Amino acid sequence: MLTAFAILTDGLVYAAYLFLVAVGLTLIFGVMKILNVTHGSFYAFGAYGAATAVGIYFERGLPAAGGFLFMILVAMAIGLVLGVILERGILRFVYGKDEVVIVLVTYATFLMLEDVIALIWGRQSYAAWQPMVAAGSVEIGDLVLSNYDIVLVALAAGVAMGGYWALKYTRYGRLLTAVIFDRETAAAFGVNVTVVYTVTFIIGAMLGALGGAVMAPKISVTLGIGVEVIVLAFAVVVTGGLGSIEGALTGALIVGLCRAAAVHLVPQIELFVIYAVMALVLVFRPYGLFTQAQPRKI
Amino acid sequence: MWSRQNIAGALAFAALAVAAPFLPSWLVSLATIAFANGLVVLGLVILWRAGLVPFGQALFYAAGAYTVALMSRYTGLRDVFVLVAAGALAAGLVAFLIGLLLARYRDIFFAMLSLAMSMILYGVLVKTETLGSTDGFHVETGTFLGYAPRGAALGLALFWLVLGTCGFAALLIATYFVSIAGVLAAPVRDNEIRVEFLGLSVDRLIHLKVVISGVLAGLGGALAALAVAHVDPNMAYWTTSGGFVFVTILAGAGSVAAAFVGSFVFELARSIAIDFFPGTWQIILGGALLLTILFLPEGLGSLAGRLRRVPEKAS
Amino acid sequence: MTFHFGNPRRVAALAAMVTAASVAVAAAQQPAPRQPPGPVRLGIVSFLSGPAASPFGVPGRNGAEIVIEALNAGTAPAPFNTVGLGGAKIEAKYVDEAGSTAQVVTEFRNLVQRDQVDAVVGYISSGSCLAVTPVAEELKALTVYFDCGTPRIFEETARKYVFRASPHATMDNVGAARYLLAKHKDVAVYSGINQNYAWGQDSWRDFVGAMKVLAPKAAVDKELFPKLFAGEYGAEISTLLTSKSQALHTSFWDGDLEGFVYQGQARGLDKRMPIIYTTGEASIWRLRDKMPDNTIIGGRGPNGPLAPDTELNRWFQKIYVDRYGTPPTYPSYQMALSVLGLKVAWDKAQKAKGGKPTTDEVVQAFEGIEYDGPSGHVKLALSNGHQGIQETAYGTYRFNKQTKQPELVDVMRFPAECVNPPNGVNADDWIKDGMKGAKCK
Repeated sequence: MLTAFAILTDGLVYAAYLFLVAVGLTLIFGVMKILNVTHGSFYAFGAYGAATAVGIYFERGLPAAGGFLFMILVAMAIGLVLGVILERGILRFVYGKDEVVIVLVTYATFLMLEDVIALIWGRQSYAAWQPMVAAGSVEIGDLVLSNYDIVLVALAAGVAMGGYWALKYTRYGRLLTAVIFDRETAAAFGVNVTVVYTVTFIIGAMLGALGGAVMAPKISVTLGIGVEVIVLAFAVVVTGGLGSIEGALTGALIVGLCRAAAVHLVPQIELFVIYAVMALVLVFRPYGLFTQAQPRKI
Repeated sequence: MWSRQNIAGALAFAALAVAAPFLPSWLVSLATIAFANGLVVLGLVILWRAGLVPFGQALFYAAGAYTVALMSRYTGLRDVFVLVAAGALAAGLVAFLIGLLLARYRDIFFAMLSLAMSMILYGVLVKTETLGSTDGFHVETGTFLGYAPRGAALGLALFWLVLGTCGFAALLIATYFVSIAGVLAAPVRDNEIRVEFLGLSVDRLIHLKVVISGVLAGLGGALAALAVAHVDPNMAYWTTSGGFVFVTILAGAGSVAAAFVGSFVFELARSIAIDFFPGTWQIILGGALLLTILFLPEGLGSLAGRLRRVPEKAS
Repeated sequence: MTFHFGNPRRVAALAAMVTAASVAVAAAQQPAPRQPPGPVRLGIVSFLSGPAASPFGVPGRNGAEIVIEALNAGTAPAPFNTVGLGGAKIEAKYVDEAGSTAQVVTEFRNLVQRDQVDAVVGYISSGSCLAVTPVAEELKALTVYFDCGTPRIFEETARKYVFRASPHATMDNVGAARYLLAKHKDVAVYSGINQNYAWGQDSWRDFVGAMKVLAPKAAVDKELFPKLFAGEYGAEISTLLTSKSQALHTSFWDGDLEGFVYQGQARGLDKRMPIIYTTGEASIWRLRDKMPDNTIIGGRGPNGPLAPDTELNRWFQKIYVDRYGTPPTYPSYQMALSVLGLKVAWDKAQKAKGGKPTTDEVVQAFEGIEYDGPSGHVKLALSNGHQGIQETAYGTYRFNKQTKQPELVDVMRFPAECVNPPNGVNADDWIKDGMKGAKCK
């Protein structure tokens, strides 16, 4: 019984992690149709920025909740700056080109940013555990849950609801949806697609950095954390459907719960789970779980 | 088949083969691996021309490599021709089966499904401790129709084997590019529906291309297994696939030669970068490649334009 | 002039230019003919980029650098106080181990054939070691592995040109089992969490094997194998908390280790059961007070705080801290052991010949040597004198709140013949057969 509960909580925590990492990516892909490998860099920069912020903040002995907020704001600011630099500085020169060329550009950028991180922060690892430890824990029988994980789940839910509401009910959100659906028609209706692209990329960057920031207190922030995250994020995004926030959420939940179940019950298949889930979803829903119908263009 | 372009290419391969004994051994070894990888890139070019970029070619690469390694280890067969043919065949079989599913997908879904397949193979290999898990295992030295070279002669023999295979494959694929199936790549990329209205099955065509590229990747993997004399599950990992895609896009889909030249240039550049910049070669390589993409707009960007036009018949 | 990659003339011209360029590069690399006694060239290979750089590759490289400097200046303590190798100064070339196996092998060939080094010292990944070994034998290149852990290198075939002074990883896990049972003899149920790759799988297999021999009634509960670099272990920690385990074994390293420590501590895992970190020593200087007290720490041998208090060790620690600002960890010790071992063999061959020894002469001198490094005594006793054995040590972690320094207390040392297989027996078979021949007193 406790195991079932543990699977549920673990699944939710892992899903929150996946969702926060994937939501920025699905937005960028949905709007700009770009497979943004640099998303891993946003995550890494967010994590490193959070680690530095935590270091600065907690030296002064200020309340922990403020530290959490400070860390998030710093990371998102870094994401903002990075997003602007990359979009204006590199990406806008390659918009018209072959999709795969754009992927290569983002991949080359990612490689370079890995070494930029090493130049700024050095090759050693950083710790940012203070917010996680300060949050404390709660015991449910033998199971001890970290309150920080609960905060993560709440944050992911908040971002999901906020994003969904923004896309559906704000003017800008509806513009974004229009561009996701059909860029050319949106442009024909007078939507300034270039501005939409820039803003979307920046929002995606900030969300990626947010993902890195909230994970930083749990992990050791070290070189290479961006790499592992990319494949996970892509898998979730593809499973859920591109450009769809509810898709990213559902994909994250399915993968998270399946993986948690695997770890508890059948640890041998844990390595395959995310890929098997993705493959299975694609067999039945070739475009992912939540995609709008695509008109066939003759 | 014997167009001017193809004859020039054949002569280039022949010249390389003749020059090999006079080149330094480290360069010959590097070229051997680069050309073996070039075969995988060639397979990717075939698919890219049709608008598809799989992120899981490492699946076939590893299938070819492990077939050679396993046969060598468990059956005592040493003849390189048999082993390489078996590797290519096994990869082709895998490609045929996987292709049945894969051919129905396009764009990013094609890429990700192909990646998922290769990662599943990776997972299986990692879990197999008898095969050394991530450490992999050694591939015994091969024999060439009874001839068993060692040392520098072995390096040359392997190079000639790879060169010969690449030359042969290059010729076949160059012919394929001007065949009906090859020429249909551009229309499929532009507008599948119209091709279907012409009465052709796009899914079947793509399945064929997946199989061909799978065989090529398996061939490359089999040769690499012999050249490096070691196989490990990393050969099926997505970063290996990514590396191949990287070289493909750099080389461009313009011609068969581009695949091999591009692969060689990449390996050489990487080796030089590591040699001179042991701590920062990644940024150098990434930067150099970024500059190449940005400032060679005709080289790479024009591909999109060129492929949209009907390709001229090779004279 | 526009440049189309597909144009056959352009492609041919490019190919010609590239070939010419690479031949030129090759020619430029040829060393000038040497006047005796020229320097001895060593290739030092370790991870200088990627996740293994910071915990292992860079400390390994630093260990080489600092020892080579001291040797060239003749300032190392006796018996290493002669200059360089056989009186000739050492020129080191540092190469990154990163990349696929094919690329590692290519770089090895470059070191040996293009750069013509006299010997190669390096390699952290067992995969690299396994792939490089046949090439080293083929090229007759003297190679000393300093860190890779797999016993397979010498067990599958006898080797001539390849040596490993550092013991292999079997002793880490046999030592772990012995220490755990010495400190917690009532352990009836235990679990393991190891990274899902060869290192993690081999470590766990050796540990379970040793436990079966030493505590046959103890049962294995959870065998967790998260992906390498997974970073997030919430589900695994929940599984362990809701299990009946009384002890936990892990061979985690660096980022995964630290993440696991933080996450485990936040949920009280360390209070639930003793946790053994077989490579923990490399991380204690970073984790400091975040590593929970009472954790069992191993250092892949008597390295770092587990090293004996000798003049050589004190000297090594001092020069390392003076240069790099942080104490040397086990990769640095292993590298020092390897370079000094090479020196012992080289000096011996030099003395016997009276001039610069050939590779074959050094190889002959190297077989079976015994000497003392900063981590203590080592003897190349296995595999025809090519594989070293040392004692191992495990300790319990305590963060000293007064001095604010990490400490290892309750250190137990296990003699080399207690935790290593005897000569001629494969490590796996030795454990399966009940570790016969182990001399533990």
